[in-house]
Amino acid sequence: MSTDSLHTQTLAELKAGLENRDFSAVELAEALLARIDAHDATLNALLTVTAEQALDAARQADDRIANGEARALEGLPIVHKDIFCTRGVRTTCGSRMLDGFVSPYDATVVSRLADAGTIMLGKANMDEFAMGSSNETSYYGPVHNPWNPACSPGGSSGGSAAAVAGRLAPAATGTDTGGSIRQPAALTNTVGLKPTYGRVSRYGMIAFASSLDQAGVITRSVEDAALLLGGMAGFDERDSTSIDHPVPDYFSALEEDLSGLRVGVVRQHFDAGLEEHTGAAVREALDLLKTKGAELVDVDLPNIDLSVPTYYVVAPAECSSNLSRFDGVRFGHRADDAEDLLDLYCKSRGEGFGAEVKRRILTGTYVLSAGYYDAYYLKAQQVRALIAEDFREAFANVDVIAGPTTPTPAFELGAKTDDPITMYLNDIYTIGANLAGLPALSVPCGFVGGLPVGLHLVGGHFAEQTLLNVAYSYQRDTDWHHRCPEAYA
Amino acid sequence: MSARWEVVIGLEIHTQLATRSKIFSGASTAYGAEPNTQACLVDLGYPGVLPVVNKSVVRMAASFGLAVNATVARRSVFARKNYFYPDLPKGYQISQYELPIVERGELFIDREDGSQKRIGITRAHLEEDAGKSIHEGLDGFTGIDLNRAGTPLLEIVSEPDLRSAREAVAYMRKIHTIVRYLGISDGNMQEGSFRCDANVSVRPKGDERLGTRTELKNLNSFRFVEKAINFEIERQIDLLEDGGEVVQETRLYDADKDETRSMRSKEEANDYRYFPDPDLLPVEIDDSFINAVQASLPELPDAKTRRFVDEFGLRAEDAGILTVSRQLADYFEAACAATAAPAQLVANWILGDLSAALNKEALDVDHSRVTAPMLASLVERIHDNTISGKIAKAVFDGLWAGEGSVDEIIESRGLKQITDASAIESIVAEVIANNPSQAEEYRAGKTKLLGYFVGQVMQATGGKANPGQVNAILKQKLDS
Amino acid sequence: MLDAPRSALLNPITTPEKPVSLDKDQVRHIAMLARLHVADDDIQETADKLSRIVDFVDQLSKAPTDGVTPMAHPLNASQRLRADSVTETDERDRVQENAPLVRDGLYLVPRVIE
Repeated sequence: MSTDSLHTQTLAELKAGLENRDFSAVELAEALLARIDAHDATLNALLTVTAEQALDAARQADDRIANGEARALEGLPIVHKDIFCTRGVRTTCGSRMLDGFVSPYDATVVSRLADAGTIMLGKANMDEFAMGSSNETSYYGPVHNPWNPACSPGGSSGGSAAAVAGRLAPAATGTDTGGSIRQPAALTNTVGLKPTYGRVSRYGMIAFASSLDQAGVITRSVEDAALLLGGMAGFDERDSTSIDHPVPDYFSALEEDLSGLRVGVVRQHFDAGLEEHTGAAVREALDLLKTKGAELVDVDLPNIDLSVPTYYVVAPAECSSNLSRFDGVRFGHRADDAEDLLDLYCKSRGEGFGAEVKRRILTGTYVLSAGYYDAYYLKAQQVRALIAEDFREAFANVDVIAGPTTPTPAFELGAKTDDPITMYLNDIYTIGANLAGLPALSVPCGFVGGLPVGLHLVGGHFAEQTLLNVAYSYQRDTDWHHRCPEAYA
Repeated sequence: MSARWEVVIGLEIHTQLATRSKIFSGASTAYGAEPNTQACLVDLGYPGVLPVVNKSVVRMAASFGLAVNATVARRSVFARKNYFYPDLPKGYQISQYELPIVERGELFIDREDGSQKRIGITRAHLEEDAGKSIHEGLDGFTGIDLNRAGTPLLEIVSEPDLRSAREAVAYMRKIHTIVRYLGISDGNMQEGSFRCDANVSVRPKGDERLGTRTELKNLNSFRFVEKAINFEIERQIDLLEDGGEVVQETRLYDADKDETRSMRSKEEANDYRYFPDPDLLPVEIDDSFINAVQASLPELPDAKTRRFVDEFGLRAEDAGILTVSRQLADYFEAACAATAAPAQLVANWILGDLSAALNKEALDVDHSRVTAPMLASLVERIHDNTISGKIAKAVFDGLWAGEGSVDEIIESRGLKQITDASAIESIVAEVIANNPSQAEEYRAGKTKLLGYFVGQVMQATGGKANPGQVNAILKQKLDS
Repeated sequence: MLDAPRSALLNPITTPEKPVSLDKDQVRHIAMLARLHVADDDIQETADKLSRIVDFVDQLSKAPTDGVTPMAHPLNASQRLRADSVTETDERDRVQENAPLVRDGLYLVPRVIE
């Protein structure tokens, strides 16, 4: 069989092909490395390509397959967001601060997926320290949306999303603090899943906002999301916030039947901020769920309008502290003309961090500082409790909450860089799930002006399977996810 | 010191907990390793790593809480204290702030007049230690060794109940004794496992309001605590009496100059921006955990002192000294169990010759060359009149030198007491015969001379004659 | 030293007059706390953008939160405790390959005067 079209296949298809010996893991890796060579100059989706390491791993995968020792994800190529520490491989987090940083250890997500047999092709570009919604804050330049190179693929997992949408890799890992998996997935016609907080280990994932960060996946199909999540979820004794809760076989348990499913629809999610055609696409998707047996139920989340301001207190507060370790002493950028210790700190950090990261550190420092803590930080954590309670009450009555992932399709690069607030409002529909620690998923649901938009599904704690089933069922009756940007077919 | 002023002192004692691994990582806490060889990725604050709480530190903190009659919180929370310093790798210290694990305890210190005074313990909280800065021999650089970073500390904060440097030291010693009894710290002050900061202020006697305080940093010996506080008290009183004002500041004690001096800090006041550490969850402990800790508590020094007085009839002062360390108290009890001699006699030997010998070689009692059973058999031989107390000192020296058992030394050195009455009688007769004029004076009424005769007899027997018998026989012969 | 919990230390917070704005001195103060060099030319722009953000998040002040327990964490779980055993080995040499300046195993910084 020709290897020319391997990049068009999903993880599930590739898995079958490898098992069937239609092609080898080495052939597969070579084909995708060639895709990266050919297309990444345009997309800028990858910061590091680990070709040699990938081919080594592929050879071992072929041996295992030959010996009948194939593991669950044997030989399947993926890329990791460059927020995950990878042993012996440059790990930049999209920042000048970590430009030359080579991690001495693997993140748990990385080691689990390697143990399951996946092959890392490289590290994906991202907003610096995951702070951004357009991939424009990366020190290494913006990622371009395969659907329109003048547009942003979203962020912060923009490199991961563009790599999958551009068929450079069948799947990628991402992280989501306020929408950083789901928003780029929606803007690139891919599936993005952010699991329940604590479902996937945060060990080795460079922290942005510890109480909100969660690792997840970006894939082309819901099946693939189920497959990949199964390879990375589970308890990790190195992460105090990871949950010791059984991991189901998400892939095998996929279920198309939606009869009796109660789907909550939140009024505020269809307010004026939602672009008209995007809203129409989402409504159409909801109607399809209804025809498949689901019942649509109005749901009230009275405090959801406060989720963005709440987030922009909590996340900067945590980040201001999390990023203090970057001081130019043990690792990372160090200014070379410091007069004294104070100067060393201020210059190293001043030079190593970009504008948005600095802005968030300053915001976080401000809201935690004496005189403001109660008014901002404590207040935000109270509002967060209210928002979480709203969700809890809603899920007593519905199985999932559905709505748009983003207010608009992809916007042009540079369109929102002047005003931080405009940029922040991109995550208006996604942030609630992070604040409450809930699993959420974005699935392609149409196009507006040639650009993709996504349907957003939120579930109760540990309801990943429900989300996957709804989205799987939806994809059985739609073909949005089969569409590919012309230049990347 | 002026009688017009009242001194108010509160202590913050940092005691290093005796765990094998660090509070949030699996790196070793062993002292003295090569720089940075015991600083793992978590201790170094590497990107992406996360803390996990060591179970032993929770157990140890709880045992301290129970020992000082405090409330052990069923729910305590770790917070981040944010500030930049090169020995603080993450840019924040994980500590406990609003919800510490131990609150509202107390202990009692002995006053000079023998009465006791209650000292309140505000709280004790868990936190991680910082690393060490090395300033010497690095050509204008400071070197950072992070081996100590992440070592577990229990910070014990007293109420401002202490009224003199002497009380402060008594309180600190009491805490020192308790943590070592509990086995939660080695209390080694040279290695920095037990150190203290003192908040010192003075106010006119009778005033309710507290004066402005200064904080004295890193006092790592009992002697320095006393000297630093006394210096500071005088400095503050002098300042106030001259019409000046005390500035709230941190001061360092300079042991060489015996003075405190201000730590100049060019940056503005600290703003630590405490907030709950999102990488850690609340530490929740239940009754069964507390009960298990309670059940494992050893007898504590105050209870032991009381028992030594009640059960063994010791003088209170001696009981207090014997219970300063659990090891010494155990030694005492082991020795008592092995002899029929009175416990006070055993105590006298421990507090006398044994302590002197240990001090001379800077040994602790666990490493004594004379073990408890050895001391017991020595005291036993005094008690059964085999040797006199004076001869016993020579036997003790022999024991210390490793010459053999008590009986072997008595035998080989020929130290056995002469208790044969006829033998003593013949020596007495000989002494009287050799001192006719003294005998005559004695008989003329100068009975004080009995002591002289006793000395002569003891000298003639090399000290081995039983002194009681010598007395009795001498009197009988001289009076007849 | 140990500070009293902040909430006890502070005067009651008054809701700031709108719009909230940070002046240049405040920005310099925060930047110092955060150890971030901000060039003099950028201070005003930084102050403007931070003011926008703070003004935006200030809408929280209207939320009725009396008696609401702050939510520090999305999970209602308690801390798992690790057995006290040494599991880490010395990796100094490998780890220090990332360090900008080391000597004799020590991380070097400009001399700190104490």
